[in-house]
Amino acid sequence: MSTAAYRTGLGPAALDVERIRRDFPILDQTIHGKKLVYLDNAATSQKPRAVIDAIVRYYEHYNSNVHRGVHTLSMRATEAHDEARETVRRFIQAADASEIIFVRGATEAVNLVAQTYGRANVGEGDEVLITAMEHHSNIVPWQILCQEKHARLRVVPINDAGELDLEAFEKLLSPRTRIVAVAHVSNALGTVNPLRKIIQLAHAHDVPVLVDGAQAVPHMAVDVQALGCDFYAFSGHKIYGPTGIGVLYGKEEVLAEMPPYQGGGDMIRSVTFEKTTYNVVPYMFEAGTPDIAGAIGLGVALEYVMGLGIDRVAAHGQDLLAYATEKVGAIDGVRLIGTAQHRAGVLSFVLDNVHPHDLGTILDREGIAIRTGHHCAQPVMDRFGIPATARASFAVYNTKEEIDALVDGIRKAHEVFA
Amino acid sequence: MTDDLGQLYQEVILEHSKAPRNYRKPESANREAEGYNPLCGDRCTVFLDVEGDAIKDIGFQGSGCAISRASASMMTQSVKGKTKAEAARLFEEFHRLVTGDEKAIASAQDLGKLAVFAGVSKFPARVKCATLAWHTLQSALENKHEPVSTEE
Repeated sequence: MSTAAYRTGLGPAALDVERIRRDFPILDQTIHGKKLVYLDNAATSQKPRAVIDAIVRYYEHYNSNVHRGVHTLSMRATEAHDEARETVRRFIQAADASEIIFVRGATEAVNLVAQTYGRANVGEGDEVLITAMEHHSNIVPWQILCQEKHARLRVVPINDAGELDLEAFEKLLSPRTRIVAVAHVSNALGTVNPLRKIIQLAHAHDVPVLVDGAQAVPHMAVDVQALGCDFYAFSGHKIYGPTGIGVLYGKEEVLAEMPPYQGGGDMIRSVTFEKTTYNVVPYMFEAGTPDIAGAIGLGVALEYVMGLGIDRVAAHGQDLLAYATEKVGAIDGVRLIGTAQHRAGVLSFVLDNVHPHDLGTILDREGIAIRTGHHCAQPVMDRFGIPATARASFAVYNTKEEIDALVDGIRKAHEVFA
Repeated sequence: MTDDLGQLYQEVILEHSKAPRNYRKPESANREAEGYNPLCGDRCTVFLDVEGDAIKDIGFQGSGCAISRASASMMTQSVKGKTKAEAARLFEEFHRLVTGDEKAIASAQDLGKLAVFAGVSKFPARVKCATLAWHTLQSALENKHEPVSTEE
């Protein structure tokens, strides 16, 4: 297939997908004798050669602990780790690298905020405001906090298209609201939330906002200063980086007031049995030896995306999503779940007469990987009265031809169950 | 359809999934249990009319994929009228069959119609779909009150 095929309708600035595909070694394989079509990117994305090489290079040439040794390898490792933090800062347009805390993933980032900011600021009778489209990782940490503090978890409803009810949101913001936690992009529906409006409304009530950006960063430019959010969380592995590394951004003045998260090495300035003084942010929130290779890998992954051009990455994703929405939506018996006006990254759907699991198995035999199930968003499934959906999710290396293969696979499943 | 898929989605299984038998709560039911697969959200409730040691009647309700519905449907047919011990033995054999135990596959004819589930063994990700109803039956027979999960 020619590169020109991808460029149709996108103009000369479109991604060279054929070249990009060569950067991802895993794509060059067959599954059950069919060319691999990987459409499960919202679960985890594949890794480009540059990321894999960077991790190997670290372990082969300068593996060492950071912030400790005066020896050369430790200094090299520390420098690379610092550079990765600076790359993250640049990627999300934070004001200072000290506002970037490395964590295991978006899940740990939310837990960190709930356990530090939350425990310090949420008391009996207070309220935490989330939305009906959150991933379990942006529900359960708040439930744990609310249970401990005898606070209330309040939930902003969504409409039948999967869009947030902004009017209800405004009404639910109360003098007892202590924090708003909201997804930038829904992992189960693809809905892009109107963050600026949400943050503006919350801030008008002096309520800070945590944004779960796990599904957003792979698909759009994020500028945390322009958004004005107080916290922004994302995982490395969904944006071409390794698993086990993620980011919590926090505004400097908010982080400065927060109690520590985990205790241990690296997060302290001095320790005696009587008293411990803590290190400065971000180190205060990074107890123990960090995932050094992971951070370095994430830095390289973000450089890779910035090298492609995040606007071109976003345009490619929108192009694929529009194409998939049209083609999959046109199949008899398909019902799209999540039809918000603004969507990114994922297409969720159910089929008459074919359960998502059966579809997943049949597609797998065609070499096509999609996710089936509740997507760790059971309240979303309950909202739509379904136990599960099939979800195809896209990345920079996906093509319209792959979406055509998905459509053929869905038709095959229909034949099996006809 | 590839051979493996054909083995999995046999005509009998497709037919049971579309028109499951005993999809009801028997009026005489004196025991019930709920089963849940937290990985995929499949749910199954099994109702039993147990008298002494005998399973006099059985029904099920729930939502799930073709494999789990067909398995539940065919399970109700095969354990109705059996003793508790016979049902437990059947589950043991069935479990060995769908997890690819060669001896169980070789002697699958002893399982009667249930032998059609041998194809599941080629799809490890689907074993839990095939066994959800059976786990739930076991729980109902043991009169457990907590919902049974495939992840325990």
